[in-house]
Amino acid sequence: MVASKYMPLDGANAVSQAMRQINPDVVAAYPITPQTAVVQNFSQYVADGIVNTEFIPVESEHAAMSACIGASAAGARVMTATAANGLALMWEMLYIASGMRLPIVLTVVNRALSSPLNIHCDHSDGMGARDSGWLQFYAESGQEAYDNTIKSLKIAEHKDLLLPVMSCQDGFITGHGVERVGILPDEAVREFVGSYDPEHYLLDTDHPVTMGAWDFTDYYFEHKRQQSEAINNSMPVILEVCEEYERLSERPQPILDCYGMDDAELAVIVLSSTAGTARSVARRLRAQGAKVGVLKPRLYRPFPAQQIVDCIKNCKAVAVLDRAISFGAPQGMGPLYTDVTSALFVAGISGLPIVNYIYGLGGRDTTPPMIESAFADLRVIADSGDRGDLVRYLGLRA
Amino acid sequence: MTTKHEAPRLDLPWDQVAPGGVVTAVGNSETYVTGTWRTMRPVRDEVQCTQCLTCWIMCPDAAITVVDGKVGPYDYVHCKGCGVCAERCPVNIRQPHSFTGQMGKVIHMVPESDFENVNE
Repeated sequence: MVASKYMPLDGANAVSQAMRQINPDVVAAYPITPQTAVVQNFSQYVADGIVNTEFIPVESEHAAMSACIGASAAGARVMTATAANGLALMWEMLYIASGMRLPIVLTVVNRALSSPLNIHCDHSDGMGARDSGWLQFYAESGQEAYDNTIKSLKIAEHKDLLLPVMSCQDGFITGHGVERVGILPDEAVREFVGSYDPEHYLLDTDHPVTMGAWDFTDYYFEHKRQQSEAINNSMPVILEVCEEYERLSERPQPILDCYGMDDAELAVIVLSSTAGTARSVARRLRAQGAKVGVLKPRLYRPFPAQQIVDCIKNCKAVAVLDRAISFGAPQGMGPLYTDVTSALFVAGISGLPIVNYIYGLGGRDTTPPMIESAFADLRVIADSGDRGDLVRYLGLRA
Repeated sequence: MTTKHEAPRLDLPWDQVAPGGVVTAVGNSETYVTGTWRTMRPVRDEVQCTQCLTCWIMCPDAAITVVDGKVGPYDYVHCKGCGVCAERCPVNIRQPHSFTGQMGKVIHMVPESDFENVNE
């Protein structure tokens, strides 16, 4: 265990600090609100000679991820950051990075996707990339964003995984919100992440290799099955790195953050910053004797299905809060809801009433009374046994 | 010339293929048979050819061989039949083409179905 130094940092700056301590070989990035501060701060570290990273200011996010892929294939430790439409522009390259098994770490400061034009927080950008072969962390606070960034790098580069990782936090809410963030000593972070020593890389001229080669009907299927297996089997490595980081930082690093879930009859499942709001409401309700709980997955890909089922299976009613719509899914439900209900079905649990709330789209503020109303709805559902509407909305003008 | 049995192994199960599709052996693209993609085959009139080597320069697949400074056999194991050689051949023939009997350039594109063996 080493002591952290506490500093007033916004979430974006907390990530820049993690990147400074990691000192990656290459960062190729393009600015986009609300991620800009991440690479702006980092480029200052480059300009000041605090890090010896090769910083590539590219012409677009597509070029940013392309340059990251090239650098990673060459053998470099690579990081970048983006948000919203920038992530959308990386689309093609996300799949190429994961398919080539390049352990790139990408910070996403979650923001709504246009159109209509909006720069504020929701999860439609990250959720759209949930099937791209990247692991995904979602952070509640600047502290979690800092911690997740460091863990992400070690997980990505693990020899059994070689999977790119997306480390997400909420745009503006934590990205621009200044809070108290504990920063580990530089040398502790450098020792934790170690050096990157890839088995195959393009600049290894003594052992020449070809990467990204033609993979036709005779090979592609096998490679994709293998990629899927790597993600399916990644959980032990993720847990191992989380535990190691927990011992180092003395900050809990669960993949599921549970509050009151041991005896909760009514539970809310929610990602990122809104979990804090939900927990404060739950704390007040529990003080009044209500058995309520909040479950916040910090890890979304791979989806901790069995762990979530174990956590909620004894509840009487559950609400899944989604900060994105999976357009065209039944009744326009959200992606987290489809994953949770799928996990319940696979586990053979069909009697648990579980509803979906879409909330916070385009940065719409999600206040304690909204969470209270969700818990009140769950009380009615649990008492009446009538699930009612499957998909509901928090904070929507009706 | 390589034959199909030297092509990349097609018996590897999914858990034994190289992660990320990394190819660690060098120079093995030659073992990857692409001649079967061809629907049209370039055929050269060897007598009327002036040996300008334009076809050799233009072939995107290095499927036109050169032996002793002259155009040698076409590598039909790899030629995909793109037709660039026939399109860029600069020589107008004066006699009917030795294979097709038609006038035009030294290289003519002939339907692959006119041939029995795709490799020869």
